[in-house]
Amino acid sequence: MTENIKIQVKNLNFYYAGNKLALKDINLPIYEKRITALIGPSGCGKTTLLRCFNRMHDLYPGNRYEGEILLDGKNILDKDVDLMELRTRVGMVFQKPTPFPMSIFDNIAYGLKLQGIKNKTELQDRVEQALKEAALWDEVKDRLNVSAFSLSGGQQQRLCIARTIAVKPEVILFDEPTSALDPISTSKIEELIVELKKNHTIIIVTHNMQQAARVSDYTAFMYLGELVEFDSTDIIFTKPNKKLTEDYISGRFG
Amino acid sequence: MDKANPYLKRAKILEYVLKVVLGTAAIFIGLILPLTIFFVLYKESSLAIEHFGVLNFLTSTDWDPVAEKFGGLVPLVGTLIATFLATLIAAPISMGIAIFLVELSPNRLKSIFSTAIELLAAIPSIIYGMWGLFVIAPLFGEKVEPWLQQKLGGVPLIGKLFEGSPTGIDVLTTSLVLSIMIIPFMSSVVKDAFNMVPPIMKESAYSLGATKWEVIKQVMIPITASGIAGGLILSVGRALGETMAVTFLAGNVNQIPKSLFDPFTTITVALANQFTEADTDIYLSSLYFLALILFFMSFIILYLSKFMLLQIEKKWKV
Repeated sequence: MTENIKIQVKNLNFYYAGNKLALKDINLPIYEKRITALIGPSGCGKTTLLRCFNRMHDLYPGNRYEGEILLDGKNILDKDVDLMELRTRVGMVFQKPTPFPMSIFDNIAYGLKLQGIKNKTELQDRVEQALKEAALWDEVKDRLNVSAFSLSGGQQQRLCIARTIAVKPEVILFDEPTSALDPISTSKIEELIVELKKNHTIIIVTHNMQQAARVSDYTAFMYLGELVEFDSTDIIFTKPNKKLTEDYISGRFG
Repeated sequence: MDKANPYLKRAKILEYVLKVVLGTAAIFIGLILPLTIFFVLYKESSLAIEHFGVLNFLTSTDWDPVAEKFGGLVPLVGTLIATFLATLIAAPISMGIAIFLVELSPNRLKSIFSTAIELLAAIPSIIYGMWGLFVIAPLFGEKVEPWLQQKLGGVPLIGKLFEGSPTGIDVLTTSLVLSIMIIPFMSSVVKDAFNMVPPIMKESAYSLGATKWEVIKQVMIPITASGIAGGLILSVGRALGETMAVTFLAGNVNQIPKSLFDPFTTITVALANQFTEADTDIYLSSLYFLALILFFMSFIILYLSKFMLLQIEKKWKV
């Protein structure tokens, strides 16, 4: 199996404001059109790492990166990187559904309009396509103009996924996307994530180890800001190399 | 079990006592005090209410202590005009300040600016009134208003607003000083509303490639719309009461102003100026009636704003 590397993390250190070291010397490949799960106990830095990939940390002053994150060979931590453009290439879905206070249609069209797409037919086509990809089209096609808040939690989260894929990102970051959802909605989102890897490179942070085992191809186990082990999900969950990984996987701590 | 453990029993008694003491305090402040105030105002104004009738009093422009004829329309309209204009001036400025403080200013400046604005709110309002009288009034009377009159006086429709002789003691300066007085308050209420927006809502917009300005305009303002409206109304309530400090600037002339340069009066101005002069029962009672009207207006406005602020809390509390 030959794998293309989409993102290469090289010697990444990350400091929160106040010089608090949160990530220590992370080296990690992210393979193209595969799902990589980041697991580890609370506070291990998995969400911090995820938020480096679209430089979400830049929204808050005082945060600092060292090292490199190469997206298609280009370091996205460089000063001259256009963050707006980076974020259209690297989309993100959050712990909780975050629909905007507007209609279902406008929610999906939001990112497209930001890119300057004004043509009505094109907008309609892209919105329909995104909703279909997010397996939400059949449920909402008759009420695209009602408020997004009228949807259930699971539907709202799929709406947010649709909103993210509408702008055709190459990479999608999922930050515990099912933590606020019931089991049925969760399994729908999981199916959807697996479906999405046909066209997207996916990185998912999850607290739920079964979820990591179910959906991901690769798993990175992190602990106290360090990457302990990275390998294919099969290996991590069946015969990990490190004792620490094994202890965590088998539920001895965490 | 309680008998077996004296410590638990004591804790229970303490809790009970605390409940009674604090409960009484709450009932007193929250219920009895406003009711008493209402009752006193009502009782004192009952003479005027009987004599003139509510509707007549509210629609009459009379204010003639010699003939003992009183009506509340003029100060009522004056209050509404001054409050409306002050809000009109203060609202956009306060929004700007709040947006700057929450989203745009660097962290270090944030606390400096916040403190500075809170300090403005702490200045006693009478000092604003004095400053208005000694700085704003002459400046406007001599420079700004003649200039405005010259530039805008000839414009159809709005030209009428700039007629009369500019003295600086008028609707414009009153509203302006009033607006400066409520800006600190208004901007901090709007700031609080903005701060209630969950960070992941903002991050969601940023993650789609939005710029700061797009996030403010398309996400933060729509989410907080009802909170902002509530904050504005709360400040209006404040402006209603603060008119006291602009006693100096209004001119205390019992007329409905036709131009921005006309002197006028408001309910609080009338109360502040005339209580000591009220030598007849009906005069005094009429002033009380004005106070009762103001009490009602503030009450309704406060209720409205609390209601609207509650709406956003309900929707967005994480």
